[in-house]
Amino acid sequence: MAVIQRSKPIFLTLLFLLPFCFLHSALAISPGNGDGYTINGRVKISSFGLKGFDGYFSFHNVPAGTHLIEVAAIGYFFSPVRVDVSARNPGKVQATLTENRRSLNELVLEPLREEQYYEIREPFSVMSLVKSPMGLMVGFMLIVMFLMPKLVENMACWKPVRLKIICLSK
Amino acid sequence: MAMAIRVFLLLLLFLSSSNLTFSLFEDQVGLMDWHQQYIGKVKHAVFHTQKAGRKRVVVSTEENVVASLDLRHGEIFWRHVLGTNDAIDEIDIALGKYVIALSSEGSILRAWNLPDGQMVWESFLPGSKPSKALLSIPTNLKVDKDHVILIYSNGCLHAVSSIDGEVLWKKELATEGIEVQQLIHPLGSDIIYAVGFVGMEKLLIHQTHVSDLFQDSSATAVILPSKLMGMVALKISSTIIFIKVADAGKLEVVDKIDHAAAVSDGLSFLEGQQALALVQHGGSKIHLTVKLGPDWSGDLLKESFEMDHQRGVVHKVFINNYIRTDRSHGFRALIVMEDHSLLLLQQGEVVWSREDGLASIIDVTTSELPVEENGVSVAKVEHNLFEWLKGHILKLKGTLMLASPEDVVAIQRIRLKSSEKSKMTRDRNGFRKLLIVLSKAGKLFALHTGDGRIVWSLLLHTLHKSEACENPTGVNVYQWQVPHHHAMDENPSILVVGRCGHSLDAPGILSIVDTYTGNELNSLGPVHSIVQIIPLPFTDPTEQRLHLLMDAGLRAHLYPRTPEAIGIFQREFANIYWYSIEADNGIIRGHVLKNNCFLEVADEFCFETKALWSIVFPSESEKIIATVTRKLNEVVHTQAKVITDQEVMYKYVSKNLLFVATVAPKAVGEIGSVTPDESWLVVYLIDTITGRILHRLTHHGSQGPVHAVFSENWVVYHYFNLRAHRYEMSVIEIYDQSRADNKDVLNLILGKHNLTSPISSYSRPEVITKSQSYFFTHSVKTIAVTSTAKGITSKQLLIGTIGDQVLALDKRFLDPRRSINPTQAEKEEGIIPLTDSLPIIPQSYVTHALQVEGLRGIVTVPAKLESTTLVFSYGVDLYFTQLAPSRTYDSLTEDFSYALLLITIVALVVAIFVTWVLSERKELQEKWR
Repeated sequence: MAVIQRSKPIFLTLLFLLPFCFLHSALAISPGNGDGYTINGRVKISSFGLKGFDGYFSFHNVPAGTHLIEVAAIGYFFSPVRVDVSARNPGKVQATLTENRRSLNELVLEPLREEQYYEIREPFSVMSLVKSPMGLMVGFMLIVMFLMPKLVENMACWKPVRLKIICLSK
Repeated sequence: MAMAIRVFLLLLLFLSSSNLTFSLFEDQVGLMDWHQQYIGKVKHAVFHTQKAGRKRVVVSTEENVVASLDLRHGEIFWRHVLGTNDAIDEIDIALGKYVIALSSEGSILRAWNLPDGQMVWESFLPGSKPSKALLSIPTNLKVDKDHVILIYSNGCLHAVSSIDGEVLWKKELATEGIEVQQLIHPLGSDIIYAVGFVGMEKLLIHQTHVSDLFQDSSATAVILPSKLMGMVALKISSTIIFIKVADAGKLEVVDKIDHAAAVSDGLSFLEGQQALALVQHGGSKIHLTVKLGPDWSGDLLKESFEMDHQRGVVHKVFINNYIRTDRSHGFRALIVMEDHSLLLLQQGEVVWSREDGLASIIDVTTSELPVEENGVSVAKVEHNLFEWLKGHILKLKGTLMLASPEDVVAIQRIRLKSSEKSKMTRDRNGFRKLLIVLSKAGKLFALHTGDGRIVWSLLLHTLHKSEACENPTGVNVYQWQVPHHHAMDENPSILVVGRCGHSLDAPGILSIVDTYTGNELNSLGPVHSIVQIIPLPFTDPTEQRLHLLMDAGLRAHLYPRTPEAIGIFQREFANIYWYSIEADNGIIRGHVLKNNCFLEVADEFCFETKALWSIVFPSESEKIIATVTRKLNEVVHTQAKVITDQEVMYKYVSKNLLFVATVAPKAVGEIGSVTPDESWLVVYLIDTITGRILHRLTHHGSQGPVHAVFSENWVVYHYFNLRAHRYEMSVIEIYDQSRADNKDVLNLILGKHNLTSPISSYSRPEVITKSQSYFFTHSVKTIAVTSTAKGITSKQLLIGTIGDQVLALDKRFLDPRRSINPTQAEKEEGIIPLTDSLPIIPQSYVTHALQVEGLRGIVTVPAKLESTTLVFSYGVDLYFTQLAPSRTYDSLTEDFSYALLLITIVALVVAIFVTWVLSERKELQEKWR
């Protein structure tokens, strides 16, 4: 109980985007006997362009050992955080991001990246129209229309033959 | 326009990029998907109507949801879904702006801002001893301009500041042996009275026999948990009596009300007066009466409402008063019905209703819609054609960036409001179906896959509480009759299985419901207990599927109970095997049928069974935590898999494979309750006919919970790796080695192969397995796999993540043949280079930017179109969408521009004419030369 009474009241002002952090029980090395510790931390989204927001969280009655904190927030990707609560020196918290094995000095959780759930619609371009099946069709047609007669004309050997035929018919 | 014009497959395959993700453009949201938000059965409701502006009601529910609802329309302003083990005890509003919720047996107190639902503060209230949790917010108790919240929980009385949640003081009461029942704070005083019992002696003081007060002692009396001033409400059979506690411990009956369903809490009203609301049933109507204290004789308000009988009886009522324009008092009542729906009654009418029974779905099945009967008239076609063309011209404008803002809005409306998708008839592509869902309240709903609307609903009377069946619960829904031959004149039906009580040996209840009309065709019950239900792959002449129901005494009962069914069954008698899992004892048993039951009453539909084999897991080292089998209706297209170097591997495809995961008995608890050295996870693949263990694999230092999915010849499972502190997913693929010799083309031509030999579980197949593991970032709630009509389309895993999203992960990422440096040939085959963790691509979230709060299950149903599968995920919310795991290779996409196609054709025709004219002219000139 001592831990809790000494700790200041914790504000949890997470935005609606971040309503809960999920604490996944203890990886207890030495199981705590009833009264556990309190993990206090902060979730900070110092946004990428937009105004950032942050909030605090705390988990009460946590036994000493290793724990995993997962943050679920729509629009952001958070790495799960491995938290070691030491039984010998209470209050000391060691945190490591499990995704990239980076250790944290303070328990401030920040998203690794923003998540974009939608494909970006590419702006209209002539190329996309040309690449579409219809574009290919029209392109082929144009080739047939303008290039083929030129090719035919260039084949000069045809002319005499044709003239001959005309002469014959005359 | 979901017209599936089958186009040249290769062309589209060539055009579609080799992108692995399921992806969606933002303006495509809502085209094929729908999302519905619910809250669950309301436990408490607090009105917030004093000030003008938005009137709201704050509710807490049995699904652990705190929500603020719009009192005018019943929409959700905001809501928070708490964890499953964080049940809400009480809610209230403090300072007129904070919603206060006490949860987890009174140990967590939270405050949210009322207008927007942002969390303001959270307090943890430790205590020594579990006790009743009480929350009281006195309106006039101030300490230094700070309003105080009083909480009694865990044997302590706490005073908490309502501004910042700081615990101001704390008093232990449990040590003195007081069991506090209520907190009372008299007006204008600084003293709080905690009323409770000391031991049992005080409880006896006011004992007056119920029969003295009311002349019907045959029924048992129940005290209703309504908070009334100086009164107690007792319910005896169907009558509610109000007993007033007079001076000197005398009790007197104030009022007796027959056929009352529910009583509200007392509502402080005017000076020192209290009002209460009563609801009574009468025929198809419900009657709401508001009575005013302290004499309780007169009725302040009496209104009747027409009520849909599919909503059952009223379970709860909450009242609130308002002042009408003529300065008289009006009342509005919020009622919770038997089917968990929530309704607001005001001025003699139902203002709004919410179907919150859908927040607690137990099981889902699907049904086809009726076949379209008569042809469409020509005028309609013309009209449609014109509309269709107009729509496409608009769309073309959109693509060419010529559309004005109004046009953009019109385009979006046309896309979303396509009448095609919500028609009540079957379509060629099989996109339109009915989702039949069974809710916890025992109500069946039929939801249309097009737009998610409720087509019909039925409160099953077999799942209704009765004398024969005290505690009915729904268990499963099965397809009972799927007519193919008589699709025009016979309706499909489903079988609903329930139990009277929660234990497995409770008597069972069966009900058959028509899926077109929602009428109950037949019901049986209570019958024998139902432990296991096996839908058999046979149907009787009327196309009713045969089902075998196992009771607790290991007897098998055949349904439907017709002579034809027994005839078919007798023929297949020797080929019916099944298994049972006793997770507690660590035993899996295989059974066969023996002979008819020896009962007093001869029953030809009942069969004795005998055990065939059993697998006993050593109880000191292994405990079963998960079992999974293949879906019965899964279709596998190819048995062989061509791998690099022109080699062929034959999939071991058997319907009788069971995946079992066991962990060390110590590691059954939560993750981290054991050290990595003491923990292991063992997985098995077992043939359920012979009991042969085909494969066994141990993951040291790993722990459950295990979520697994089995499909074709592979199983994918998710667990926690204690050494790496990360979640892992593993895949096991199983191949038939005995067929591996059939590679030689010559032999195949000459018939020297064993491919046509029947697959039998009696023969011992030589199997080889391949396995690989990967890290996965998130913990998982559920896993499913996509299923398509013919099984040609590649598979995707649908993973319900901890954030209540559904992630589509291509099966190619879980391929045991992945290696760090795939050869050129392997790359061509589509093998992805091996990475240590599975990628999470945000665009491949099926639920895109939405959340299915409280996600519990994912169901996939094949559409008729091979490329497409329908996905329904449910929890507190519902979400439905269509998926095409390998893109829509057999139909044109929704954004296909028909107008552009038309323009192209017209342009081509024009060009032909132009060239023709030109060539004619040229020829003429040539001739004149």
